[in-house]
Amino acid sequence: MTVLSLTKDDTQRLVSNPMRVWQKLAVLPALATVSACDLVVLDPSGDVAAQQGDLIVYSTILMLIVILPVMALTAFFAWHYRASNKKAKYEPEWDHSISLEVVVWMVPLAIIICLAGLTWVATHRLNPYDPLGRISADKAIDPNVEPLVVEVVAMDWKWLFIYPEQGVAMVNEAAVITDRPVEWRITSTTVMNSFYVPAMAGQIYAMAGMQTELNAVMNEEGTFRGFSANYSGNGFNHMNFDLHSFDQAGFDQWVENVRSEGGMLDRDTFVELEKPSIDHPVTAFDGIEENLWDRILNLCVSDDDLCVNDMMMVDALGGGGIEGLYNREAYRGICSVENPEALFEILRPTDSAHAADILAALDAPLQSTPAEAPVIGTRTEPTEAN
Amino acid sequence: MATADTVHGTAGALVTDPIFGRLTWDVLPFHEPVILAAFVGTVLLGGAVVGALTYFRLWGYLWSNWFISIDHKKIGIMYMVLGLIMFVRGFADAIMMRSQQALASMGYEGYLNAHHYDQVFTAHGVIMIFFAAMPFVTGFMNYVMPLQIGARDVAFPFLNNFSFWLTASGAVLIMVSLFVGEFATTGWLAYPPLSGPEYSIGVGMDYYLWALNIAGIGTTLSGINLLVTLVKMRAPGMGWMKMPIFCWTTLCTNVLIVASFPVLTATLALLTADRYIGTNFFSNDLGGNPMMYVNLIWIWGHPEVYILILPIFGIFSEVVCTFSSKRLFGYTSMVYATCVIMVLSYIVWLHHFFTMGAGSNVNAFFGTTTMIISIPTGAKLFNWLFTMYKGRIRYEPPMLWTVGFMITFVIGGMTGVLLAVPPADYVLHNSLFLIAHFHNVIIGGVVFGVFAGIGYWFPKAFGFKLDPFWGKVSFWFWIVGFYLAFMPLYVLGLMGVTRRLSQFEDTAYAVYFVTAAIGAVCIAIGIAAFFMQLYVSIRDRNTPRLRDFSGDPWNGRTLEWSTSSPPPYYNFAFTPQVHDIDAYEHMKRNDYKRPLEGFVPIHMPRYTASGIIISGFMTVMGFALVWHIWWLAALGFLASVGLGIAHTFNYDRDYYVPADEVGEIEAARTRQLVEQA
Repeated sequence: MTVLSLTKDDTQRLVSNPMRVWQKLAVLPALATVSACDLVVLDPSGDVAAQQGDLIVYSTILMLIVILPVMALTAFFAWHYRASNKKAKYEPEWDHSISLEVVVWMVPLAIIICLAGLTWVATHRLNPYDPLGRISADKAIDPNVEPLVVEVVAMDWKWLFIYPEQGVAMVNEAAVITDRPVEWRITSTTVMNSFYVPAMAGQIYAMAGMQTELNAVMNEEGTFRGFSANYSGNGFNHMNFDLHSFDQAGFDQWVENVRSEGGMLDRDTFVELEKPSIDHPVTAFDGIEENLWDRILNLCVSDDDLCVNDMMMVDALGGGGIEGLYNREAYRGICSVENPEALFEILRPTDSAHAADILAALDAPLQSTPAEAPVIGTRTEPTEAN
Repeated sequence: MATADTVHGTAGALVTDPIFGRLTWDVLPFHEPVILAAFVGTVLLGGAVVGALTYFRLWGYLWSNWFISIDHKKIGIMYMVLGLIMFVRGFADAIMMRSQQALASMGYEGYLNAHHYDQVFTAHGVIMIFFAAMPFVTGFMNYVMPLQIGARDVAFPFLNNFSFWLTASGAVLIMVSLFVGEFATTGWLAYPPLSGPEYSIGVGMDYYLWALNIAGIGTTLSGINLLVTLVKMRAPGMGWMKMPIFCWTTLCTNVLIVASFPVLTATLALLTADRYIGTNFFSNDLGGNPMMYVNLIWIWGHPEVYILILPIFGIFSEVVCTFSSKRLFGYTSMVYATCVIMVLSYIVWLHHFFTMGAGSNVNAFFGTTTMIISIPTGAKLFNWLFTMYKGRIRYEPPMLWTVGFMITFVIGGMTGVLLAVPPADYVLHNSLFLIAHFHNVIIGGVVFGVFAGIGYWFPKAFGFKLDPFWGKVSFWFWIVGFYLAFMPLYVLGLMGVTRRLSQFEDTAYAVYFVTAAIGAVCIAIGIAAFFMQLYVSIRDRNTPRLRDFSGDPWNGRTLEWSTSSPPPYYNFAFTPQVHDIDAYEHMKRNDYKRPLEGFVPIHMPRYTASGIIISGFMTVMGFALVWHIWWLAALGFLASVGLGIAHTFNYDRDYYVPADEVGEIEAARTRQLVEQA
């Protein structure tokens, strides 16, 4: 598969798409000097970013309607009413004019009403959580094609991309299929990062214990730059990855390559991978342990950690008072997503908790023998299982 | 691939000693040549200053006339000096960033490693906002506002001195962090979890917290003080709608300070608790929520932007009508615009994190409210424009800065509105486009305004004008430097380059980064020209070209110009009676005569050293807390609280200036005016 970097016939694009001409003209002062360079934000390769780029251009034009006259007037007044120009009118007491004041409030107001309308519509149309409404300006979406799901994990300091459909995963490299919508599900294992491929779509933050989402599509084949757009510490410079956009055959080939290179991504491998590293090499995995994504989101890939959702469940059931202090230890390694019975066993209250039981709980291998686990909790109503 | 054994922050575990806490010889920067050079330079320069002060026996004078002074004018000047010192430090950081990025974009490694670079950009942001811009703005409000409302001092003179020294205390901690230990590597707003105990294990983040905790309290107290002053101490006749416009902006600013700085203090206190006593307000798990921090910090952070710019708008309003020799156009709409901005600045904070996953309705709401702010701001701009219209504009440096501001600020305003469009923000957030935007409004607005204000009120404070030639040199280098330094960053932002990077893989950026670095050099020349201007003006202060005996060198319009330059410590022998917005212009027009007799004793506050001493102990406490020297922290805390209580038992806090003394000072002033005439 060709891995090409944004080489395309610009002239042809300009002719074939007159809107781009407007874009280039609108930001002329800057662009005149930089037409040779690659303004990826204004000239991206994915439809979402293209719409966002267009919005920048339209908003700029709208604002220039008032900005340019103001700048011109400032320069003119500053020059014309200089003290040495005795021909200019001088009215030191003139300080008020209803009609002018109406104008100075109404002109910005009018512009902002237009811009706010544009903003309202565009913000809703380009909500990153919503499924795409179209593939590109001239291509409608096919309701039968499901989006490609990619799970993105920001780590210190690398990106892990998990393909649940294909059962593969890749560090610091991702691939999508051209013109097929992609649903990026994004989280982080530690600090905040921001998942950003300028050529594809605007960014969205990656935060631990939470999942954000970005729906986007690439319309051109090629290799594009992706990175973290939110400073995340020492290795931030190297939180980069390549995003390949392939046709279906190329994508299948890429998945095959990943399969042939990779090992299994199980929880232990993940914990190892999660450790901070800078400039991590591209690494492939050919299998994903079940429920890994749930454990990542709930910060409990390691057996040492209590899953956040389980902790919330415990809290919702009353938290456990003094004994609750030990809950974290008691539930260690249990994930209700994988093994709902285990947690249920523990949460099922019998009589009030005993200190000896708690201490036993700290030592007992709870996960393997949930039935024997001592019961801790403050809720006393019996359940039918008892 | 490098395994990062340094993880986040300093390498290795920090051992806590009962006597010295985490402090060891290793924390001194002998292994970092760049910091060592800065250290040696600072020690030499600081040594020279200290040596000179000692040699000329100025310590006693400084102590008894300045450090313990509760005269709002002297405190205002001290704020300005503090601002200038920290501004130079912050600019040194800026030059380092620009040169590092220029080198890196050309394919070199540069001279700053990531860890050092991260400290540099964090320090730059923190210093420029908290310890350069804030002292400048507070300095102007402190110096000018009481004079403009015809007051003799602020409402709580001791509190004013104390607030200043708390701010200075924060600045001292920041400076100490340069040489003892390290500074935070989190970015200037220190988002957790990066700034939390897990990911910032070094002392840098603790310096950040204690410096801002201490300085933040100072700012809150100062805000209360100035607010009460404005509400209670206006001269008779000065109704709300007769207040000079700078006082209006000061009023709105201090409302914002009082309403928002406690949020900052509370937020930082929660983060401090996370770091020091293991709470989980902002951690990833155990119920913590880092997004809550981001919300809280911006609930302070966005009003903060207007805290900086509103008084500067006031300065431009004063400058533009004085140098256009004309009344301010649309005073009433100016006042309402200021108040509208004040209110709106409170309901826009979420636009700083549209990309954090909020829904469309939320994003669109905050985007729209943000845009609405541009309406009153636009109205203000038009009002300045129509103040110039049919005026007689004298191009002294303050007016040059003002015109430079008007042209530059609209560009920053435009890109700001652009960033308020959420889908556009998705592609521009955190990019160099954003950096260019806020420098466009902060340099083109705040910094230009500070220089305009310094040029405008310097003769009032010191009795001689600043040399206009060097002022103009400074202006032109600044404005050219600004455009060279920041226009390329707009372009880089559109090229998809994000902020806070110290290494680049793509050499296509080189031409822009190099241009930006050249711009930074121009700005450096502009700053040097400003210091040259100070030097030349002080040297030539007694020449007729610069010396001003009239007290009113610009044909001013507000009350501060009715006193001598510098004003007597009691400001006004008689409290003025106000009849017009331009009170002094009205007095001049109606042939006002200075009263020459009938003086009465004046009630004045007495100087006190409590402020500087308490703040000194607070600094010690902060330093001790940073290094976990618990006994010293306790000592510092107890000493400052104890002294604070002791100060309340000091009943000798005011006195009456005898009528004779007032008479003598006013007679000297009369002789001076006669001689000049």
